[in-house]
Amino acid sequence: MVDRGTFRVKKGMAEMQKGGVIMDVTNPEHARIAESSGAVAVMALERVPADIRAMGGVARMADPEMINSIMEAVTIPVMAKCRIGHIAEAQVIQSLGVDYIDESEVLTPADESYHINKHQFTVPFVCGARDLGEALRRIGEGAAMIRTKGEPGTGNVVEAVRHLRVVMEQIRAVQHAPEEELMSLCKQFGAPYSLVLEVRKLGKLPVVNFAAGGIATPADAALMMQLGADGVFVGSGIFKATDPLKRAKAIVEATLHYDDPEVVARVSRGLGEAMSGIDVNLLTDADRMQLRGV
Amino acid sequence: MIKDTKAKDNTNKNGTAINMEADFSGLTIAVLALQGAVSEHMDCLERCGAQALHVRRAGLLQEVDGLIIPGGESTTIGRLSNLFGFGEEVSALAATGKPILGTCAGAILLARRIEGQEPIIPLMNIAVQRNAFGRQRESFETDLAIPALGTEPFCGIFIRAPLIKEAAEGVEVLAAYDKGIVFVREKNLLATSFHPELTDDLRLHRYFLGMALGQQKSIFNCTEVRSYNSGAGIKERNNQI
Repeated sequence: MVDRGTFRVKKGMAEMQKGGVIMDVTNPEHARIAESSGAVAVMALERVPADIRAMGGVARMADPEMINSIMEAVTIPVMAKCRIGHIAEAQVIQSLGVDYIDESEVLTPADESYHINKHQFTVPFVCGARDLGEALRRIGEGAAMIRTKGEPGTGNVVEAVRHLRVVMEQIRAVQHAPEEELMSLCKQFGAPYSLVLEVRKLGKLPVVNFAAGGIATPADAALMMQLGADGVFVGSGIFKATDPLKRAKAIVEATLHYDDPEVVARVSRGLGEAMSGIDVNLLTDADRMQLRGV
Repeated sequence: MIKDTKAKDNTNKNGTAINMEADFSGLTIAVLALQGAVSEHMDCLERCGAQALHVRRAGLLQEVDGLIIPGGESTTIGRLSNLFGFGEEVSALAATGKPILGTCAGAILLARRIEGQEPIIPLMNIAVQRNAFGRQRESFETDLAIPALGTEPFCGIFIRAPLIKEAAEGVEVLAAYDKGIVFVREKNLLATSFHPELTDDLRLHRYFLGMALGQQKSIFNCTEVRSYNSGAGIKERNNQI
């Protein structure tokens, strides 16, 4: 008997991405640059988060034609984003044969109360989270991979750091709490009890956890890996910089040798200008993508 | 290094020996940690009692008793392997007769021929096709018959998996799925299309560690499967390239 879309197969796909860099691309040419730099996957989308932020309006799933052209351009896995709660967009993306769906706060949410029931899909999902409760709620809904949200399109790593620190701190709290305190912790975190027990047993999330949202330099990637991320997503950081190929290669190497400052220093030399960043303190709540779909 | 070779063999019905009680504590196995399912293989090795060594840079493979090249993205691992010069070192290790296991992307790395692209560390006389089963939605798990591991089926987890399209002379086919080759051995080298490290079944890792102890002899016992491919084909095509 052959079983497709089992949770083990979905989760295993994310495990194969560990230690890697997943890059946002908006056309086949960028996808090829990402692949040749050593990206483990590309995220096909219409506009990178920095442009979504700048242009405003409603951000939706990308044109299937564009997604297909990216799938044809590269042999590495292709991911695509659907709006939070937009079941039909997710179905369309799955039907295209995309390898992974990102139910993403970068796009304008379609449902402010509910996420997609991801168990019903054959293709795995990745979802954003800012803390352990959010991560475990998404896993409860069927997410096979988590990425900490950060603040997309800002080129500012501060929120990515905050979210990963919170997740790690809460995992430690779950590990070290006396058993009788666990239910209260679940209530406090808004996390399903059964998954909290799993986290306690494993000492980590039950699925792969990447960092995302504001990573713009090799040192940013190295920082997130040192804080315990399994890999990184780089959105606007590569193709909003002056020399995308060189920067992409540098971020791949820094992600691998994250604990070797000499390597990070070497690959950081002469990269040209990084994307110009945004001070997240100046953003209003309406501009904070991380507050969507919690 | 003192190795315990006296442990009792559990010869199964097929006459192949998977030693379920062997002591692997004297073995140190490197796991190439450039990207992918590194920790899963390390866990399996440690659960078998062996020491697992996380290797990200060249120069550490001389002292080990074997090497695992894990699954991940073969283009990424291939690029990083070339960048850091692992090819020569892995070839040198293979020449000493110590076992090397490549799973999924690892199998692609070791193949002498990769459809549509240049080989990376061409040590095994096999031709592979990347993503041979399709994209992620076609990824699957299924029970495989692997006589070399015993009569119990082995759960094969195939994720955007490659297929071994051709196995040349001297390459044993240890498992097939739907007429395609998914597990081979060539002397001290093993390659799988699937991911043994994602299951709780340690038999494949024990088989590999048994090779490191010199206990797991190569046996040609799968002629039925071998007939699916022509042994000579691979060399001819290599010459054409």
